[in-house]
Amino acid sequence: MVESIWSPVRLTLELAFVTTLLLLVVGTPIAWWLSRSRAPWKEAVASVVALPLVLPPTVLGFYLLILLGPNGPGGWIAGGFGLPSLAFTFPGLVIGSMVYSLPFMVQPLRNAFDAVGERPLEVAATLRASPWDAFWSVAVPLARPGFLSGIILTFAHTVGEFGVVLMIGGNIPGETKVLSVALFDYVETLQWREAHIIAGGMVVFSFAVILAMSLIERRMSRARG
Amino acid sequence: MSVESGRSALRSVLLTVFGALALLPSAAAANAQSAVVAVSANFTDTAKELWALFEKETGHRVVLSFGSTGQLYAQISQGAPYDVFLAADDERTKTAIEAGFAVEGTEFTYATGRLVLYSSDPGFVTGEDTLRKGEFQRLAIANPTAAPYGAAAIETLKALGVYEALAPKIVQGVSITQVYQFVDTGNAEVGFVALSQINGREKGSSWLVPQNLHAPIAQNAVLLKHGEKNPVAREFLSFLRGEKARAVIEKFGYATGTP
Repeated sequence: MVESIWSPVRLTLELAFVTTLLLLVVGTPIAWWLSRSRAPWKEAVASVVALPLVLPPTVLGFYLLILLGPNGPGGWIAGGFGLPSLAFTFPGLVIGSMVYSLPFMVQPLRNAFDAVGERPLEVAATLRASPWDAFWSVAVPLARPGFLSGIILTFAHTVGEFGVVLMIGGNIPGETKVLSVALFDYVETLQWREAHIIAGGMVVFSFAVILAMSLIERRMSRARG
Repeated sequence: MSVESGRSALRSVLLTVFGALALLPSAAAANAQSAVVAVSANFTDTAKELWALFEKETGHRVVLSFGSTGQLYAQISQGAPYDVFLAADDERTKTAIEAGFAVEGTEFTYATGRLVLYSSDPGFVTGEDTLRKGEFQRLAIANPTAAPYGAAAIETLKALGVYEALAPKIVQGVSITQVYQFVDTGNAEVGFVALSQINGREKGSSWLVPQNLHAPIAQNAVLLKHGEKNPVAREFLSFLRGEKARAVIEKFGYATGTP
């Protein structure tokens, strides 16, 4: 029983870690662009990024199932590994989680970049910092609270993901059977004891995340104020 | 806006709310002539046709709620307001009676399911040799601990002696419906589905699994405690045993009567 619970825990943490890392890489330029661009269609892009907040996971899961499948781009990529589809694979889950958690990374970052404003970067420019240098040594440190909340929210949101994984995961132990799906399984098969362990653990974890978030925010605002 | 018109607007809102509340008792009375039936996912299409037939014949209202048998049972055990339970096995119905959620003596087999190996690719499934050769990457089955069709799929693989070889290729769907989605979208090349699901669908290829390879998939119905005093629920159950209903059930690819 220890293994049957530990395996989904490990897998879930791996998925959340990889997803957060990749979203940090992908989300930062998107957030920066959304914060600085004056393009008229900027808000349209921002809305697309925010879509997963509103759409039911079943909608995302349905499209992902088709996109990851043999008739979509996912199947083309999977063909390189001799698989018919990226569904039911860990990389497939990472792609799904990245789509699902995208707004949780981009929005805090964009807000933080907005809060930094033009002024510090202009000052950096007068000191002959290149835009690249100014971004790394001025904007990123000033936007640190945004990075922290983006990372924590994305990680937590991926840990709590259910609908998308259920629709594209295929419930393979050690590969796609994450915590929320394992919990669903235990409830379906009336294994209340295991279900209690996972559900209780999730409650404690979520509480810790939210508490950590507000403590960090308080410390940050005190440090600034 | 003047105070006066503000007041009259408030009054009309209140009138609408109270008017709606006054209608509630009659809606509750109408509910007495209806029943809620929890239906196992594999029986979805059949149940919809039976439902239309029943409502047309009797004028009673029936609400269908679909899910995997395990999921529905978990809901029933927590007091879900279902009147009738159409399971995909004969285990959950017995457990329901033993645990006091269902009425003793009302259980019967309304359909016997047939398992099919299915691919959306025409010509892909040629028979049991498709399993023996194993020239595919993904074999989709329903969760064997929660869904009887999943358990029957495992039994079939073991009976053919290919379980060990194919186990790493197995992906699980929550229910037989999800297995069909996996196969139909091509994410899994083959999968074990119910004959009722592919009935009337032209494309793809399939192999009807002989019944001696797995224990019969007896699908049992039972009257739940919640529906014990509901005449519509009882009427629906006797309708289900009747000739007309059985003709529909057989049309969808099930055997009827006790196997």
